[in-house]
Amino acid sequence: MIKTLSRCIGESKRDSILTPVFAALEVVMEVLIPFVTAAIIDQGIEAGDMNRVVLYGAIMLVLAFLSLFFGVQAGRYAASASTGFACNLRDAMYENIQTFSFSNIDKFSTAGLITRMTTDVTNLQNAYQMLLRIAVRAPLMLLFSMAMCFVINVQLSLIFLAALVFLGIVLFSIACRAMPVFDEVFRRYDDLNASTQENISAIRVVKAFVRENYEDKKFSRAAEQLYRLFVKAESILAFNNPVMMLTVYACIIALSWFGAHNIVAGTLTTGNLTSLFSYVISMMMSLMMLSMIFVMISMSVASARRIAEVLNETADLSEPQQAVQEVADGSIDFNHVSFSYRKGSGEDALRDIDVHIRSGETIGIIGGTGCGKSSFVSLISRLYDVTEGAVLVGGRDVREYDMEVLRNQVSVVLQKNVLFSGTILDNLRWGKEDATLEECRRVCAQACADEFIERMPKQYDTWIEQGGSNVSGGQRQRLCIARALLKKPKVLILDDSTSAVDTATDAKIRKAFAEEIPDTTKLIISQRISSIEHADRILVLEDGRVDGFDTHENLLRTNRIYREIYQAQMQGGGDFDQPA
Amino acid sequence: MKQTAQNNKRDVLKRLISYILKQYKLACLFVLLGIVCAALTTLCMNLFMQSLIDDYILPMTEMAVPDYAPLAQALLRLASILAVGVVCAYGYNRIMVNISQGTMKRLRTELFTNMESLPIQYFDTHAHGDIMSVYTNDIDTLRQLIGQSLPQLLNSSITVIATLFSMIVLNLPLTVVSVLMVAVMLVTTSKLSTLSGRYFAQQQRDLGAVNGYIEEMMEGQKVVKVFCHEQQSLEDFRALNRKLRESANNANKIANVSMPVNANLGNISYVLCAVVGSLLALNGYAGLTIGTLVAFLNLNKGFTGPITQVSMQVNSVVMAMAGASRMFALRDEVPETDNGYVELVNVVEQPDGTLTETHQKTNLWAWRHPHKADGTVTYTRLLGDVTFDGVDFGYNEDKMVLHDIKMYATPGQKIAFVGSTGAGKTTITNLINRFYDIQDGKIRYDGININKIKKPDLRRSLGMVLQDTHLFTGTVMENIRYGRLNASDKECIAAAKLANADSFIRRLPEGYQTVLKGSGANLSQGQRQLLAIARAAVADPPVLILDEATSSIDTRTEQLVQQGMDALMKGRTSFVIAHRLSTVQNSDCIMVMEQGRIIERGTHEQLIEQKGRYYQLYTGNALGA
Repeated sequence: MIKTLSRCIGESKRDSILTPVFAALEVVMEVLIPFVTAAIIDQGIEAGDMNRVVLYGAIMLVLAFLSLFFGVQAGRYAASASTGFACNLRDAMYENIQTFSFSNIDKFSTAGLITRMTTDVTNLQNAYQMLLRIAVRAPLMLLFSMAMCFVINVQLSLIFLAALVFLGIVLFSIACRAMPVFDEVFRRYDDLNASTQENISAIRVVKAFVRENYEDKKFSRAAEQLYRLFVKAESILAFNNPVMMLTVYACIIALSWFGAHNIVAGTLTTGNLTSLFSYVISMMMSLMMLSMIFVMISMSVASARRIAEVLNETADLSEPQQAVQEVADGSIDFNHVSFSYRKGSGEDALRDIDVHIRSGETIGIIGGTGCGKSSFVSLISRLYDVTEGAVLVGGRDVREYDMEVLRNQVSVVLQKNVLFSGTILDNLRWGKEDATLEECRRVCAQACADEFIERMPKQYDTWIEQGGSNVSGGQRQRLCIARALLKKPKVLILDDSTSAVDTATDAKIRKAFAEEIPDTTKLIISQRISSIEHADRILVLEDGRVDGFDTHENLLRTNRIYREIYQAQMQGGGDFDQPA
Repeated sequence: MKQTAQNNKRDVLKRLISYILKQYKLACLFVLLGIVCAALTTLCMNLFMQSLIDDYILPMTEMAVPDYAPLAQALLRLASILAVGVVCAYGYNRIMVNISQGTMKRLRTELFTNMESLPIQYFDTHAHGDIMSVYTNDIDTLRQLIGQSLPQLLNSSITVIATLFSMIVLNLPLTVVSVLMVAVMLVTTSKLSTLSGRYFAQQQRDLGAVNGYIEEMMEGQKVVKVFCHEQQSLEDFRALNRKLRESANNANKIANVSMPVNANLGNISYVLCAVVGSLLALNGYAGLTIGTLVAFLNLNKGFTGPITQVSMQVNSVVMAMAGASRMFALRDEVPETDNGYVELVNVVEQPDGTLTETHQKTNLWAWRHPHKADGTVTYTRLLGDVTFDGVDFGYNEDKMVLHDIKMYATPGQKIAFVGSTGAGKTTITNLINRFYDIQDGKIRYDGININKIKKPDLRRSLGMVLQDTHLFTGTVMENIRYGRLNASDKECIAAAKLANADSFIRRLPEGYQTVLKGSGANLSQGQRQLLAIARAAVADPPVLILDEATSSIDTRTEQLVQQGMDALMKGRTSFVIAHRLSTVQNSDCIMVMEQGRIIERGTHEQLIEQKGRYYQLYTGNALGA
C-alpha cells in the first residue's frame, strides 16, 4: 500500500524532502534559543555585563530570524508537497479508472469511486502534511532537547529520561485503548449517516405514512448509542492532558530540588537551570504531538487503503499485441459463448450461446429481467470478456481488435444512459469530435430528436444540466441514440433505449433506421413486442440460454415464452406511454 | 458587506455558546473553574521559578552549611498546588467530553426532528447532498470546535490575562514592550488569516468544481468507455485538478506560515525585553532587580506562547462557524404548518345509524369535526369521497402549473390520469395528501375541506405507492409493517400475499426476516414495487394514490405488479397515474391532462368516441403495427 501511494509523490518528491529538512533546521534553531537565553541571563544580566546582553541578544535575534525563515520554508514546502501529492493521487486514480473495464467499475460502484477521489484524498492530504511537518519535528525536538540536557547536566537528564519513558508508555497505552473504541464509534457513525441519507431520499414515503415520530425515535435511539460510545472513547483520551501535566510538574519539582543541590555544589549555573526547564517542557510537548499524530494517522489508514485499492486495480481487459485496425462488416458471431460476471463463481449469466447474425440484419432481443439480454450485447463491443467460446465481429474475434476501433464501430446505447453538462451539440459530439452542425442535424432527425431540439429557444446550443436533468426521459433517450448514430457504426445496439419514447415515435425511429442506415447491423433490446416484431429475426433469451431465434411469425407458432409475452401485451398489459 | 459577515459569525458563536449553556450551565461553570484553576497553577509554577533562584538558591549559595528545609517546604507546597491543578485539568477535560458530545447529540436529534417536519418543498429545493453534509461535515467541525478549540481558547486567554497582570505588577515599562510585540503578533495573525481566508474560499470553489466533475464523470463512466472518451475526460479533469492544486497550495502555505511567524515574533519579543530590561536593571532605572528581570522573561514566554496557540485555532474557528451557521439554518427552517382540527377517530354505529366515538379499535372510522361556532361535534363516516373544485396550484406564486382543476371521485371509483411528462399528473396527487398547499379553489375529502383536516390524519387515510420505491434498511417484515406499525406478522404476510409479493419473499434466503441493505439494493425494481404495494396494503386506507412505474421491468414481473395493484385497488377510491393500457381501460374515469389542465375526461369508450387527444394517444399506441 505504501509503495503504491508513494509512487504518487512524483514531482513533489523534492518538496517532500525539503520540508523535513527545513523542519529539522527550524528545530535546531528552536533548541539553540533556550541555550542562548541561558547565556543572556548567566553571562549578561547576572554578571551585569551589558555588552554580553546585547551580543547574545543579537545572536538570539539571528537565530529567531533563521528559525522564522526555516519555519516558513518548511510550511511552504509542506503545503506544496501535500497538495501536489493529493493532486497526483487524484490524477492517478482518475487515469486508472479510465482504463477500467465495466467489471472493474461494477466492483467499486460509482459512489465508492467518488468517495475515494474526494473525501479519502482530502484525508490523506492532511495526514501527509502532518506527517511531513510534525512527524519529523516532534521526534527531532525530543532528541535535540534531550541531547542539550545531557550537555548541560548528565545526572539531571536521567530524571527526564525516566519521566519521558513513563509518559511515553502511558500515552501509548491510552492511544491503544482508545483506538478500538474509536473504530466502533466510526462504524456506528457511518450507520447513522446512512440511515439519515435514507430518510432524506425517502422523505415522501415517511410523510405519506406519517412516520415522522417513528423515524425520530429511531434516530434518537441511534444518536444516544453513538453518544455513549463517543463519551467512552473520548473519556479515555481525557487522560492525555492531565498525565502530561503531571509528568511535567513532577519533572520541574525534581529539577528544582536536585538543581538547587547542584547549584549550591557549584556544578550548575542558574541560567542552565532555566534552560533545563524549557527543554523539559518542549520534550513533553513533542511527545504529546507524537501521540496526536499517532491517532490522526491511524484514522487516515482506512482512506489510504481505499485509495490504494483503486490504484492497484488492473483493468481486466487487455489490448492485443498486434491489434486489428479495421472492422470488415457488421456480421456478428457467437461461437458457443459462456459468460459469468465473476469468473469461477459458477453463476453463468450466459450459457453456450451459439448465434450468427449477418451484416445489416435487424435483430430484436426479448426476455425476462436477468435473462442475459444486456450481458449478451455487452460482449459484442467487448465491455466484458467471454468466459468460454468466442465473439466475432466482422469475422474476427473481438479480442483481436484495437479496443477503440471496435467500440467506434460497435455503437451501444446503454440502458442507463447519461448526458453530460454542456450544450446539446457538445453532447452529440461525443460520438464524433469534429461533427458539423449539419451532421448532427441529420442524426437527430433519424433519432426523432430534431423536433424537440428545434422547438427549444437556443436549439442545438441549449445547455444540458448534469445527468440531463432538464430534459425528459424520452428526450434524453433520443439524444443518446443520436449521439450513438453520429459514429456511423457498423453495428448499432439499443439496450432498452426507447422505453420512455412513445410508441409512435419509436416506430418512426425504427423506420428511419431501416431507410437511412440499411447496412448497419441493428440489435434492439426491448420489453415491448411492438418495438421488435418487425425485426428480421428475434432472439428470445431465457435464463442465459437461447430459447428461440426466428421471425415474429414463426416464434408465435413455435415459442411458448414469446407467445406468452405477446398475448400478455396484446391483452392490455402493454404500454400506454405518452409522448414525452 | 464584510462587516455583516463578521457580525454574523459573532452572532453564530454567541448563539452556539448559549445553546451549549442552556443544557450544561452547571457543567460549564465547573469547566470554567477547572480551566481557571489549571491556568493559575501554571502561573504559580512560573512565579515560583523566580523565587526559586532569588529566595532559595541564591541565599543557599551564600550559606556555609546550606539549609534545604525551606526549599523542601516550598516544593511541597508547590507540589500540592500542582496536584490540585492536575486534578482540575482531568476534571474539566472529562466534563468537557460530556458537554461536547451531549451538545452534538442534542443538535443531531433536533436537526433530524426538525428536518422530518419540513415541508416537501424544502427537499425539492435543496440538494440532498447539501442537507447530508450538515450531518456529516458541519457537525464534525463543530465537534472539534466545542471539544478542543473553545477550551483551548478559554485556557489561553485566562493564562494571557493572568500573566499580563503579574507582568504589570513586576514591571510596567517591560510590560509595555511585551504588549506592543503582542499587538504586532495579533495584527500579523489577522492579516494572514484574512489572506488565507480568501485563498481558502478559492480552494473551496475549486474543490467543488473538481468534486462535481468527478461525480458527473463517475456516474457516466460506462458511457465514457462506450464512446472511447477516456483521453478527453482525463484532460479536462487534469485542468481542473491543476487549478485546485494551485489554490490549495496557496491556502495551506499561508496557514502553515502563521505558526513559525508567531513563534518567532515571540522570540524577538523575548530578546527585546532582555535587552531593554538589562539596560534598565544595570542602570538602576524603574527599580528593576536582576531576579525580577529573570522572572519577567519567563512570564514573557508564558505571555506569547498562548497567543501563538490561539492564532493556530483561528482557522478552525472560522471554518466551524461557517458550518454552524449552515446547521442553524437547517435547524431554523420553518416546519410544515398544520392548522387542521378535524381528526380521524374510531367509531361504533348505533342501531339508529348515528356514530359514536370509541377508544376501542373498530374497523369503522369517522372524521370528528368540532364546529367552533356552536361548539357541537359532528361525525362523518370515512368513505373516501374526493372532490376538486376550481383548484389552481403553482410551486411558486408566479408560475402556475395547474389551472382550474375540477373533478370528483365517489368512494370505490378508479380515476386514471394520462398525459405527457410535466402535464401535472403527479402534482395533482401531491395536492390530495397536502404535500403542497393549493393557491386557489377547494379540495374536499368526504365533504370536508382538507385544510381543516389534521395532516397526519389526512395522510393516514391515504395510501401511496410511488414510482420510485424507497425501502428502509431493516427486514422485509419491518418494511411491510411500515404501513401500519401495530400490524401483526400475520397481517403483514396477508398483505404480502395480496400484493403478490409473498412468493418471491419466501424464496429470499431468510424469507420475511431477510435484511434489506442500502434501501433494498439487493432486490430488483419489480420486487421493490411489490413490497411497496404490500406496504400500502397493510395500511388499508380507503383512498389510494398510485404512480405506475414506467416500463423497465419485464413483462412477467409486471403482470405480478399489475395484479397486486388491482387487488389493492378493489373497493378503494384510487387515483392512478397510468402508463398501462389495462389500467386506463378499466378506470371509471380518465383525465387527459395537458399543460396543467384537464382537457378531456370520460370513460375509455367515451373518449375514443370523442376522437380527441386521447384517441390520438391510443391510436398512436396502435401505430406500432
